[in-house]
Amino acid sequence: MRDMPGRPSRRGFLKGSVAGAALLPLAAQAAAQTKEEAPPLDQYEPVYLTADEWSFVMAACDRLIPSDGDGPGAIDCRVPVFIDRQLAGEFGKAETWYMKGPYAPAADPNLGFQSPLAPAEIYRQAIPLFQEWCRKSHGESFENLDVATQNSALTALQKGEVNLPPELRDFFAFLLANTKEGYFADPSHGGNYQMQSWAYIGFPGARGAYAEWVGRENAKYPLGPVALNGDRS
Amino acid sequence: MATRTDPKKDVVIIGLGWTGAIMGMELAQEGLEILALERGEDRDTVPDFQYPEMFDELKYGIRYGLMQKPAKSTLTIRRNLEETALPQRHLGSFLPGDGVGGAGSHWNGQTWRPQAVEYRLRSYVEETFGADIIPEGMQLQDWDVTAEELEPFHTKFENVAGISGLAGNINGKIQEGGNPFEAPRSADYPMPPLKNTWDSELFAEAARNMGYHPFPRPSGHASTAYVNDYGMQLGPCNYCGFCERFGCNNYSKSSPHVCILDALKRKPNFSYKTRSEVLQIEKAADGKTATGVTYFDERTGEQVFQPADLVLVCAYSLHNVHLLLLSGIGQPYDPVTGEGVIGRNYSYQMTGGTSMWFKDKQFNPFVGTGSAGMTIDDFSTSQIDFAKEGFIGGSYITGSHSGGRPIQQMSLPPGTPGWGSDWKQAIGEWYGHNMSIGSHGSDMAYRDTYLDLDPTYKDRHGRPLMRMTFDWKDNDIKMTQFMKTKIEEIAESLNPDIMASGYKSEGAAYDVRPYQTTHNVGGAIMGADPKTSALNRYLQSWDCHNVWVMGASAFPQNIQYNPTGALGGLAYWAAEALRKDYLPNPRPLV
Ligand SMILES: Cc1cc2nc3c(=O)[nH]c(=O)nc-3n(C[C@H](O)[C@H](O)[C@H](O)COP(=O)(O)OP(=O)(O)OC[C@H]3O[C@@H](n4cnc5c(N)ncnc54)[C@H](O)[C@@H]3O)c2cc1C
Ligand code: SF4
Repeated sequence: MRDMPGRPSRRGFLKGSVAGAALLPLAAQAAAQTKEEAPPLDQYEPVYLTADEWSFVMAACDRLIPSDGDGPGAIDCRVPVFIDRQLAGEFGKAETWYMKGPYAPAADPNLGFQSPLAPAEIYRQAIPLFQEWCRKSHGESFENLDVATQNSALTALQKGEVNLPPELRDFFAFLLANTKEGYFADPSHGGNYQMQSWAYIGFPGARGAYAEWVGRENAKYPLGPVALNGDRS
Repeated sequence: MATRTDPKKDVVIIGLGWTGAIMGMELAQEGLEILALERGEDRDTVPDFQYPEMFDELKYGIRYGLMQKPAKSTLTIRRNLEETALPQRHLGSFLPGDGVGGAGSHWNGQTWRPQAVEYRLRSYVEETFGADIIPEGMQLQDWDVTAEELEPFHTKFENVAGISGLAGNINGKIQEGGNPFEAPRSADYPMPPLKNTWDSELFAEAARNMGYHPFPRPSGHASTAYVNDYGMQLGPCNYCGFCERFGCNNYSKSSPHVCILDALKRKPNFSYKTRSEVLQIEKAADGKTATGVTYFDERTGEQVFQPADLVLVCAYSLHNVHLLLLSGIGQPYDPVTGEGVIGRNYSYQMTGGTSMWFKDKQFNPFVGTGSAGMTIDDFSTSQIDFAKEGFIGGSYITGSHSGGRPIQQMSLPPGTPGWGSDWKQAIGEWYGHNMSIGSHGSDMAYRDTYLDLDPTYKDRHGRPLMRMTFDWKDNDIKMTQFMKTKIEEIAESLNPDIMASGYKSEGAAYDVRPYQTTHNVGGAIMGADPKTSALNRYLQSWDCHNVWVMGASAFPQNIQYNPTGALGGLAYWAAEALRKDYLPNPRPLV
């Protein structure tokens, strides 16, 4: 493969990482690289979300993929940044979707998404309604509830017990899907910070060449992940 | 109405995917002036599929970077004649292609020929079991072409596409390790099979122990270096795990780009225009021929009339039917009277699967291809006693996986919560410990599964969207439930720690959201009788003899296999009829 100007050389990093893996444990490899530190999340300036929406998304992501136990959480992976960027972009605006009426948002869910609202607008309209429900049912907005109550509030939202109007009914589904996307997508989209989720589950990212590994029985692949920009974890 | 008329061509091709590229190449060899009109962007391996950008699961796998954009083109769907159809606002159930190469950029590459009985399913059922086993409303039809007639053309497609596999039946002689139930072939595949991943081997061993006949699934991925009939080169597959939904960065996946287009683009009598969406095929005053097509030139915003002597409709099955309906070529099908042919016999694909989780087995799931795997055809259409089992159809059954991309392909045991601490624990525990066995089966066409124009919703040009009326039927559900019992037996013999099955069960309603397959077939079907088919046996329109319609829209009902091998073979069969019989004397061939 030809090396393109400004592109990471595949040969180069594959060779480098094979050699590296043979000699060094993963942690040492990671330490050997200089990493650009991202600004702390509380200093991040959202492109789409308002301050209130941002604190809700932060709190919700923290429950959907918490930081406790094994593996990184959504906050460690900077998932809210991913969500903010997705909502500001093509996905949030439903740019590629068919958005002409008439609409039938209450139709059988099997017939698919039928809301007149694009995902970013669904977040915008659903968050205050859910917050109002939290205050009515639990006396506080979502961020201020204890963990157990937050979990039960999200469960109620997931089960449709929060009584959102039909055009907002996909809110939880989007929130959960976007959280997992931000956790697992390439870091260039703003989440999966330092490829922590990939390292946790053992997914090597954009390596893309495994001819030597086909058919191996019960042998764990030894190399850590690489990202689209050539970073290694 | 058109604001510009361009100079006349001998041939205009609508759509530049697999069938458009094949027809372009074959007719360019006749020295005709050919223009292909493609609605999407230009695409090639470099720069569009190159490393590392292609390895972006979010952009291509989840946000459908290479596929059709519903804002520009979609359809409406309902499950029965009473329901109001609603638009497919974003993609889900199926993912039509867009841009040069069509869905051939982002397909899996599973490349099959139909079984001999599938081409003459109605005759086979009547002769073998009697017409009275055919359920009320099921419109079984013959293709009016046989496996023997198509054999050389399947061979041609497999040689051009570069298929890796192992023959099971060469000229009637059963080959060890191949599929003993396939129709006789004249030769082996052009390349040996791909290597197997461990999960496929485990499946094959279990199936063999139960007396079945596992064989490597034929694959549109090069297992070795290969040069095809057009001088195009493929390099051995890297098992990269970013195959279906993605373009191949490695020149390994059979695609129109890698196998045909670079050779075709060098022909001086072939040209193509992108961002050119055909709006309508124009009919001559007598209604018996077409005069050309009108297309929307996205660059200039103009509607252009492109005159041509021959119109080849290669726009993917669904768009083929939509164009015929919009152009008034052939009588639209009416499900109440059963009359008319355009839209008739739409059908889909019936799939199901069983997943297994093993605490002590490590699979490295990211090592995968869109197509390799081990298959059994012991429960295929030709192997089942329909009278005894109470359904018509069959499935092939495969142990395989296509990749370990974490957003889309994370498979967790049943009962795992969808989020929270336990979900996170489970992804760490189970990623890489899962394998699955899938059935890929036939789907019959019925009186009320069809395509017509939607009365309400319009596209960006103000044309009615196409409306799909489709739901699962008892016959096909019985078939998949039968496969479930067979697959679960095999799966249990592997002693998984946990096992879970997903098959359509009684009363299942078609759900447009989860991806199932992009194997939408029928709607402009081939056959012997103009009353029940839109096309004759050469894929020539019964109504306008210079309009030929390629693709899976010609299938009278779905086969148990993925469609591209069949539609590739049919394209070469049609090209031969055009070259040898039609061009010297243009007329209805039948
Ligand atoms: C994710 C995925 C996996 C698949 N896996 C398999 C598999 O493993 N095995 C298999 O057999 N099949 C598979 N398929 C299906 C396979 O891709 C199709 O059968 C095949 O590509 C159809 O070829 P075609 O020439 O009919 O259409 P396409 O390849 O789709 O080409 C049609 C072209 O026409 C263009 N077009 C449409 N309308 C117009 C218009 N009005 N004007 C101008 N241009 C137009 C489109 O943009 C497109 O480029 C898969 C499909 C998908 C999406
Ligand atoms: S699995 Fe093979 S054929 Fe498919 S994209 Fe990767 S290298 Fe190409």
